[in-house]
Order: sequence, then C-alpha cells, then structure tokens
Amino acid sequence: MLRNWTQRVTLTDIIVWALGILILIGVIWGSIVTLNTGKYSTSTWIDLTITGLALGGVYALIALGYTLVYGILRMINFAHSEVFMSGPFTATFAAQALIALGWWNTYPILSLVIVMLVSAAVSASIAILLERIAYRPLRHAPRLVPLITAIGASFFLQYTFRGLYGSGLKPFPDMEIFSGFWLIGTVRIFKTQAVAILGAFIMMLVLYTIVQRTKIGKAMRSVSEDKEVAALMGINVDRVITTTFALGGISAGIAGILYLLLFPVAHFFMGFFPGLKAFTAAVLGGIGNVPGAFLGAMVLGLLESVGPSLFLDGLGIPAPNQLKDAIAFTILVFILIFRPSGLLGERLTQAKA
Amino acid sequence: MFKRSYALLALLVIAGMALAACGPAASAFECTDALGCVTVGPGEPIHLAYAMVISGADETLGVDSRNGVEVAISQKGQVLGHDIQLTGEDEGCSAEGGQAAGTKLAADPTIVAVFGTSCSSAARVAVPLLSQAGFAIISASNTAPDLTEAGNENNHPGYLRTAHNDEIQGAAAAQFAFEELGVTQAATIHDGSLYAEKLQEVFATTFEEMGGTITTTEAVDPNGTDFKGALTSIAATEPEFIYMPIFVNAGSLITRQAKEVPGLEEVRLMGADGMFSPDLVEGAGDAVEGLFLSSPDLASFGPEYQSTFLPKYEEMFGTEPISVFHAHGYDAANMVFAAIEQVAVQDPDGTLHIPRQALRDALYATKDFKGLTGNLTCTPTGDCADPKIAVYESHPGQFPPDRIWP
Repeated sequence: MLRNWTQRVTLTDIIVWALGILILIGVIWGSIVTLNTGKYSTSTWIDLTITGLALGGVYALIALGYTLVYGILRMINFAHSEVFMSGPFTATFAAQALIALGWWNTYPILSLVIVMLVSAAVSASIAILLERIAYRPLRHAPRLVPLITAIGASFFLQYTFRGLYGSGLKPFPDMEIFSGFWLIGTVRIFKTQAVAILGAFIMMLVLYTIVQRTKIGKAMRSVSEDKEVAALMGINVDRVITTTFALGGISAGIAGILYLLLFPVAHFFMGFFPGLKAFTAAVLGGIGNVPGAFLGAMVLGLLESVGPSLFLDGLGIPAPNQLKDAIAFTILVFILIFRPSGLLGERLTQAKA
Repeated sequence: MFKRSYALLALLVIAGMALAACGPAASAFECTDALGCVTVGPGEPIHLAYAMVISGADETLGVDSRNGVEVAISQKGQVLGHDIQLTGEDEGCSAEGGQAAGTKLAADPTIVAVFGTSCSSAARVAVPLLSQAGFAIISASNTAPDLTEAGNENNHPGYLRTAHNDEIQGAAAAQFAFEELGVTQAATIHDGSLYAEKLQEVFATTFEEMGGTITTTEAVDPNGTDFKGALTSIAATEPEFIYMPIFVNAGSLITRQAKEVPGLEEVRLMGADGMFSPDLVEGAGDAVEGLFLSSPDLASFGPEYQSTFLPKYEEMFGTEPISVFHAHGYDAANMVFAAIEQVAVQDPDGTLHIPRQALRDALYATKDFKGLTGNLTCTPTGDCADPKIAVYESHPGQFPPDRIWP
C-alpha cells in the first residue's frame, strides 16, 4: 500500500502540494492579522465586497461569451474582448445624442434601455461578422489556426476603432437617478453597483434559461455534444453557431453598459483587461459551463477587491493594492492545481476535446 | 540572354566602384568628430525625429509637444538652406514602447537629433539606445530627477531636457499643500512609473521636512479601473490631502472613485502635469471640481507666447494647446536649430556635415537662450529649463483650469 503510494507520487506533486499549502498558510495568516489589527471597519469590508460583486457581475457577462463559444466550437474566441469594447464604445455616442435630445435625465430608464440596445446590437453584429468572416472558413482547420485568427481579429478591431474614433478617452455621461447610494441599515450600496449586480444576475438567468429551456438552447447543447450527429438530426449547425455568437455579443454589450456605469470612461483599449479577466473567470469556473462562468467571475471579482486588503495588509506588505492581479492569479493557479477543470467543470474522464 | 545580364552586372559593379572611389575625393570635408558626422546632400532635408506618446490615454501629452516642435519647424523654414524633415515613433508612455521606439530610431543613421521622450518611463530604456546611436536627445516633458542627475546610471551622454526637473515640481506641490492649504496629513499615490514614483517621493520628502506627515503611500495599476481598494486603504489612515502625480486614465477614475469612498469625500486631491489634459476633465466628469494640478506656469511665458506662438499653433492644428509641454517642445526645436547652425560645416555645393559630438557639446553649452519658457541655460548633465511651477484648480467642463497659485 505504502509502496504503491510512493510510486505514484512524484517530486512535482510534492512541490505543488507544498506550494499550495504555503499559499494557504499565507492567506490565512494574513487574514487573521488584518482582522486583528482592526484597521478596517465592518462597513468597509461590506463596501469592498459589494464592489467585488459588481465587478464580478460584469466579468460574468463577458465570461459567458467565452464559455458559450468554447462549449460549441471548442475554441477560445480571443477577439471577444473587442466584441465587449465595440458596444459600449459606440454607446457613448448614442448617449451624447440622447443628451442632445434632452432625454438623458428626463427619461433615464428609457435612455438606459436605448444605450443598452445600441451596445448589444453593435456587439452582437461584430460577433456575428467575426464568426462569418474570420472563423467559419476555418472551422475544419487545425485548432491553432482559429486561435491565431482570433488574436489577429482582436488587433484588427482594436485599431479599427482607434482609427475611426481616435485614441482619447470617451466619457460616458453620469445619470442623475443612479448617482449617490442607498443606505440599508449601515450598509451603503451605490446605485450603479446595485444596477450592475442586478443587471448581471438577470442577464445570467435569461441566458441560462435560453440554453436550458428553449428549442434553440437544446440545439446548442446538441451541437456542443457532437456537431456531425446534430447535423444529421436536422439541426442547422451554422445557424446555431451564429446564434451562439450573437448571444455572447448581446451579453458582452450589456456588460459593457454596466461597466460604463461603474467606470464611466470608454477607450479603444478598454476591452483588453476585462476580457483577460473574464477569460480567466471562465476557466476558473470551468470553461464551457454557464453557471461556472458566473461563479468564477464572482470569485475573481471578490478576490481582486477584497484580496489585497485582507491577505496582504496583515503581512505588512506596503501598497498591497497594486498586487491585486497577482493575488487573483495566484489563487487561480492554486485552484487549478487541485481542480484542473475548474470549479464547476466537468471531469475530463471522457475527453471531448 | 544570360551573358548580357552578366555583362550588365559587371558594368554596374565597375561603375559603383568608380563612384565610390571618387566620392570622398569630391568633398574637401574630413570628419574628425568622435561620434562621426551626418552628411546632408544638396537639396536634401535635415532629418530630425521624435519619440513621443501619440496614442492611447496619454496621447495629449506627446501630441502637444510634437505640435510645439512642428510650430518651430514651420516658423524656422530652413536651416542653412536645408528643409527640416520630422519623422517619429510612438513611445506609448511605457518602457516597452520606449524600447520599440528607441530601437527603430537608433537604426536610422540619417537622424541628427531626437525630440523625446514624453514619459520618463520610456526615457529610461529609449535614451540609452539613442545615446549609443550618437544622436542628440532633447526631451520636452521628461521630468524624473535621475535622468539628469550626475553619476546616475540613467543619465546618458547627449541627453538634455527643456522640461523642469521634478525636484522642483514636487517641492512646489508640497509647499502649496503645507503653506497655502495648511494641511499636515497627506497620502500619496503612484502608479509604479518612474515619473510618478519619483515625483511623489520628492513631495513626501519635502512635505515631511516642512513638518507634515505622510500617512501612507499607495501604488495602483495605471491600466486598472477599480481603485476602491487602494482608496479604502488610504481612507483608513485619515489623510486631509492626497497627492497623486499619475496619468490621465487612472487619474480620472481615481478622481471619481475618491468621492465614493467613505472618509475621502471632502479630501482634496492634487495631480501633476501628467494629468493636465482636457481628457482628464472629460473622464472625471463632475468629480473634477476642486482637483488641484501642478504644471509649468503658462502665465510666466514670454510675450511671444501669446502674440506669435498661440495663433500659429491654433492655425496649424485648429485647437488650443491640449497639454502643457508645447512651448517646451518649441524651445527644444529652436535650441537644436541654433546648435546645428553653430557646428555644421557647409560645402560649396550646399552639402552639409553635422558633427555629432560637436552638436551635443553645443547643446550642453546653451546659455541664456531666449525661449518661450524662459531663459534656458543647460547644466553639464542636461537640465536646461528655467522652471516656474504653478498650481491650477479644475472645474467641470473647463480646460485649461484656473491658475490659483502662486
């Protein structure tokens, strides 16, 4: 028994485990010390948590685009960050037009719906065009080819937008009804954050219902299971794939507006980092899995927002907040070591890939 | 067929050798300069280059300086009977961008002098490359102290600047906060860039020497969007004032988010010249109200600034200056013109020889040069500015902001 065990465990395993335990001890130790010093009050922690959830909600909606496309085509659509950028970027112009019309603060909800529609429409169109022009001709090419194409398409879109609209910052106007915060007991929730969390949650439910409960969702799931067989069963595979890209685009477009409510500045490079984070969130949750993307995004958002103050402050590390990405990604590595397929990912016993 | 082409090739080779042989003989000039000479043939333009940030969130900084250089070129017309050609590379306000721009420019031996960089972070990697290539480098907006500090590894031969040294800007900001506003508890934020880190360091040192306390120093990611965590940490130390000499993108978001963090609603924020841009006013929206910015004192510029420079700038680019280092770019260009006129050797046929080391020496020897930004005199390490710093107060939708101090 013991011999069997020593044979199976390699040096790498031991190092990996030791590393994992070290990280765990660091996290726990740091948290205990931070909480003991009492530098931050309870309401501060709640503030940071809400910030993290709002950020996580936005990541979740972007992550959906990665996860849906991966589920069906088994490819990472790296141009999705630009699908995310294109919608809100264009919506800033729509917002300016609405201000010029005088609707922005007179009919705020209508205006918000209009900019969301504009953003979702632009993002979805870009996603559909992307699939039609850049990915469909390469569907039967080796898997690396569409991946590289995606990166190329990403640069193309970024610099097209830069060429068309310039590289300066485009402000997204504030909405009067969403300025300030609600006080629930002693807890402050900024209205924009509440809208972002709520919006992300609703959008998530809608998409989950589409995938699980509708006919097109059923078709999507069957294409994801096996493209050839699905085609033989009379499913129009091309249409299903286009729909998938459109859904990813719509959710990215909505995410873009929620993002602008939180951080009201758009620029041509705005998609890159949220895109990267959302991709990470999708992997963390188990890529190809819709609830997994949501869970992964929330975990990532919380780690980024609460992590530096909670884990590092106590360890006496100066200026911990510049390390928030380092924390998020260290924890990501830590989780993937022990659950390589992500938090809710399917066990890869019968490899689909 | 084959034979004929061989014959043609042979002829060409012979002709080439003959030309090469009589090339030097035709010119009486012999280059003895330690770094070699640039030869500009008759009718050819003198090639100057820039390495500035001309894209991305900080583009106004670089584009504005480049515009200043272009105004100078357009006013000057010709130097010693030669046109002036300006080409350039984007340094992206980052070390990576500086590396790329520096490498590309260093490979072009026709370049006489380089204007740039815009950002100190880019300078740290681009300047050694350009210095190695023998160019004269003159920056209109690098302000990090170590670039011109004698003996510092970041001070390179051939590098000069018309921008102020941040030893002066940081100290002025500290003086404004402590003496004018009367605050004693200040926090600082930097973004890990050479510029921001050094500037907040100078501020902190001066502020503490005056008797103030630095409650904490936070660092943020310049490409980040959520700064609530960093601001919450700062709020826990209860400062009365936050000094954040960073750039436009992070600067505008921090200005907004500070208003939403409990304990910081009333705390006054102050940025520096890197945030002095209409993009900041747009990006920060109403939250920009009351934000202080330090910058070169535009009001102290000579009378030609108002009467000649500004109209010309507006005529050429259709806008008022979009940042604060346009006049520094203009002065840098004129210093280079003067130095070229001083050291260049002209052949009777109009060919121009510009010795590189002599050009650098002439620039370092600049004394009492009447520029827009003041009387420029260069130190042996390349600090040429005649620095005057002012503090401005921002209001929503207004650019430039109001000058309030001194």
